[in-house]
Amino acid sequence: MSKQASRSCDPRKVNGELFTLTYGALVAQLLRDYEDDEEVNKQLEKMGYNIGVRLIEDFLARTNTGRCNDFRETADIISKMAFKMYLGITPVVSNWSAAGDEFSLLIENNPLIDFVELPDGHNALNYSSLLCGVLRGALEMVQMEVDVKFVQDQLKGDSVTELRLKFVKRLEDAVPVGED
Amino acid sequence: MADEVLFELFHSEIVAFLYRTTDKEDQDQCIAKLESLGFRVGQSLVERFTKDCSRFKDDLDIMKFICKDFWNSVFKKQVDNLRTNHQGVYVLQDNRFRFLTQISNGKQFMDAAPKYLAMACGIIRGSLANIGINSVVTAEVSAMPACKFQIQLQRT
Repeated sequence: MSKQASRSCDPRKVNGELFTLTYGALVAQLLRDYEDDEEVNKQLEKMGYNIGVRLIEDFLARTNTGRCNDFRETADIISKMAFKMYLGITPVVSNWSAAGDEFSLLIENNPLIDFVELPDGHNALNYSSLLCGVLRGALEMVQMEVDVKFVQDQLKGDSVTELRLKFVKRLEDAVPVGED
Repeated sequence: MADEVLFELFHSEIVAFLYRTTDKEDQDQCIAKLESLGFRVGQSLVERFTKDCSRFKDDLDIMKFICKDFWNSVFKKQVDNLRTNHQGVYVLQDNRFRFLTQISNGKQFMDAAPKYLAMACGIIRGSLANIGINSVVTAEVSAMPACKFQIQLQRT
């Protein structure tokens, strides 16, 4: 019998696919459970928020970044460090508002949507809603209240995925939620 | 290419989410849901994973593949011990299972263990199913983070 070919495979790659596939399975499950796109968006966003709240700790511990002086610096760190580290991509920061409190993240190769095709009748679904939640949760933990929403989505035929981040206000040092 | 930490947080959030959104009396369903979620993931994962592989010779060969390459990619290490009774029952022991390492080192939080293993069981069952083997996969923990998976092949 012939010798077996080695089945070596890049573990990092598989790990990325594991994440993508798990995410896909989850979204499919949520669509079955809720049968309403808006509700699925909301739940995904909420899950993202919970992840972001914890992910920021990991990020700060691993990167040694200090406090940001302005929102532009925040944008840079999000795209060049955070996205790079966790998803292996670097979104383009663009479309700054005149006041400098709003910008867009243009994601060209969103890893969450590999192998995904949106079936008809789900126009309201923002497949990658998790990302919005993660960004919002993580930034909230460094005292920035930010509004994140989808402007363009590759799954709906746009050429890029565009996330719009809007700085709402600076959160004052406060007692953590759930403690008196 | 998603980072490990991201996946681990994501996994625990899925577990937490299902339990949060399910009524108290229906919570036994959560395990089944997690399992079927994992099944789907395992199915597609193994398909992409074995596309350049040579054919498997027999069941044991498949099990070895699961213990080594598959485990390595999905759970970041190899299975520590593989045992079989040569009648279709395989026991895979992992002394440091990825989803449990952050939870506890010992007997604390033992009640929580099953829900963090359900998806892994599903992943294994799903991948075996797509290789062409129907099986029943159960997990057993005596002290975290060590864990035993029992795979029972179903002959038809």
